[in-house]
Amino acid sequence: MDLGIVAQQVFNGLMLGVIYSMIAVGFSLFFGVLDVIKFSHGDVVTLGSFSALGAAGVSGALFALPPALALLAGLSAAVGAGALAGIVIGRVLVIPLRGAPSINVLLATLMAGTVLREAIRLGVPNGGNPKPFPALLPSGMIKAGSFSVGIDSVIILCAGLLLVVGTHLLVTRTRFGLSIRAVAQDDEVARLAGIDQQRVVLGTFALGSGLAAFAGCMLGLYYREISFNMGVLLGIIGFASAVVGGLGSLIGPIIGGFLFAGVQTLVVVAMPISSAYRDVVAFAVIIILIALFPTGMIAEQRSDRV
Amino acid sequence: MKLITKLLLLTCGALVTGATGTVPVLAKESVKLAFIGPLSGGNSAPGIGGRNSTQLAVQLRNADPTAKYTYELVTFDDECKPNIGIQVATKAASDRSIIAAVTHYCSAVGIATVDTYARFGLPVVVWGAILPEITYGNDYHEIHRVNGTMINEGKLAAEFLTKQGFLKYVVVHDTTDYGKGQNKYFSEYLKLAGGEIVATFPVSPDQQDFTAELTKIKELKPDLIMVGGLTPLGVRLRAQMDRVGVTAQLAGVSGIMNAGFLEGAGAAAEGTISFHNGAPISKYEQGQAFLDAYAKAGFREDPDAYGPFAYSAANLIMDAIEKVGPDRAKVKDLLNTTKAYKSLVGEINFDDHRQNILRANVYVAQDGKWVYWPDSEYSAGKRKLRLN
Repeated sequence: MDLGIVAQQVFNGLMLGVIYSMIAVGFSLFFGVLDVIKFSHGDVVTLGSFSALGAAGVSGALFALPPALALLAGLSAAVGAGALAGIVIGRVLVIPLRGAPSINVLLATLMAGTVLREAIRLGVPNGGNPKPFPALLPSGMIKAGSFSVGIDSVIILCAGLLLVVGTHLLVTRTRFGLSIRAVAQDDEVARLAGIDQQRVVLGTFALGSGLAAFAGCMLGLYYREISFNMGVLLGIIGFASAVVGGLGSLIGPIIGGFLFAGVQTLVVVAMPISSAYRDVVAFAVIIILIALFPTGMIAEQRSDRV
Repeated sequence: MKLITKLLLLTCGALVTGATGTVPVLAKESVKLAFIGPLSGGNSAPGIGGRNSTQLAVQLRNADPTAKYTYELVTFDDECKPNIGIQVATKAASDRSIIAAVTHYCSAVGIATVDTYARFGLPVVVWGAILPEITYGNDYHEIHRVNGTMINEGKLAAEFLTKQGFLKYVVVHDTTDYGKGQNKYFSEYLKLAGGEIVATFPVSPDQQDFTAELTKIKELKPDLIMVGGLTPLGVRLRAQMDRVGVTAQLAGVSGIMNAGFLEGAGAAAEGTISFHNGAPISKYEQGQAFLDAYAKAGFREDPDAYGPFAYSAANLIMDAIEKVGPDRAKVKDLLNTTKAYKSLVGEINFDDHRQNILRANVYVAQDGKWVYWPDSEYSAGKRKLRLN
């Protein structure tokens, strides 16, 4: 195979990996702090992409903003809507159900996801149709032989990587991160130490959901098309990536996300006729890895929780 | 008991007549019809267009003073999923008050439900699904179809595209019966027409990312990518082609020929070719009247490409009920004999498998609209297709 094509496939895998990682990190944050799986997470990704589309479209149309400012408006709306959805889900569904069996929280968040999804489908004009996402990043291609990649793709990749690294630094190097880790380690002791547990929990939900919404905006910019049900499979992939990487850490989901994307890309490259089985193979690999590493590849006992 | 009821009704009628001096209008018997299609999910745009068109046919019939019955439409959402389709088909067919149904946009659902309709003896008229096996793969006298099949569309696609100079093809099809059928018929006819398929990519209908597949396609340098799938697949492929630098022409059959594709793919949709077994609505004799009535009814959504077929299917059923009464078996028998029936989509003639005989048409996306090929600027040579 041509080296340029190999490089392009590697780039495709990296792009997918960074998107999956951004979603998977949210799962890890929620699980680390509250031991809950928030199954509406994929739909928060969709909410982010539609909020960005709405804000960028409206601000662009009303104020004729240049693309950079429209993008800023879109990103702010996405992260804001995602964070708000996270706070509402955390406050209304998760915190009141803390004493209940974990299956109740799982079901409640699953239903919240359906509500979000259907609200988008019904609330957006012709919401059942896929929607084009505006090109808000600089156009142009970087070419080297048969390798060609859009400048916008490079920007999206860098932004995604920066965000994942930034989240890691926030959790490991800031006072808020310290509070998150304290609540994750032992919420009773954290409370005795004066940490406002509810604030930390809601802050974590805002952070993880904002991250997912940012990923939704990146998805729109990358694929130039969004649809109301795009978050369903992404949520499952993000969750699988988080589990195989290690739900108790932040590095684990990132590794899981890149691993899942790598396997998917490899299946298409190696066996084009079996393209339909890319998810089947990727999930099969996840199952095997879970069997080999029951607590994830970055095992919980060897790492700080969140 | 029945005699007492009749006497009471007669007495009441006489009293009313005496009091007002007018003859009371007897209420018409109510007859239930079902509509089944995707009302949610990625294919809900054509589904809702079909539902609205069926609803319009019912509304117009109910407003007709010469109609013998009042019709009530019961709608079911099959979500374009075979398992859900079987559930709602069973619900509709087991409700004996439903006399007939206008069924299915998605072929994967249409083929999954034929046994159910036959078992319960519910006559149905398919309004959108194009898999040939729905009518030709069985001998169920309950199943009829007013729209054409992917045999017509695939044959025309192969012949038309090779004539335009496209010789090297890649097929990307979804793994449902619909996508597999499209791949089968298009490939068969393309071989006869002299085209070559250099690669075939079966993909999941829910797949979001196609960059890996498109990078492989870029390496193969085909003249044209044929989409064997519905709108979401078509939109995603078209939107991601430019990102990877694939310059091939894109074409698909009627599964992508709807407003959803044009909206989803945006400006990138320009020049996409499609094949549809329906002619443009403006070419039909009753086309403008249908569009006027549709607009007057105030529906928020477009009728979409298959709405006129749903409208015609509903009228075909209601005309049958008007003639033989609300009886499933009699309606089925009458539908089986349909010949030279004047409908919105032209004359309906069922063959021995109760399949309407139609020819397909070529369309191209031009300035955000699907334009009939002979009327397009591409046909006139003012714009060019993306032949490498």
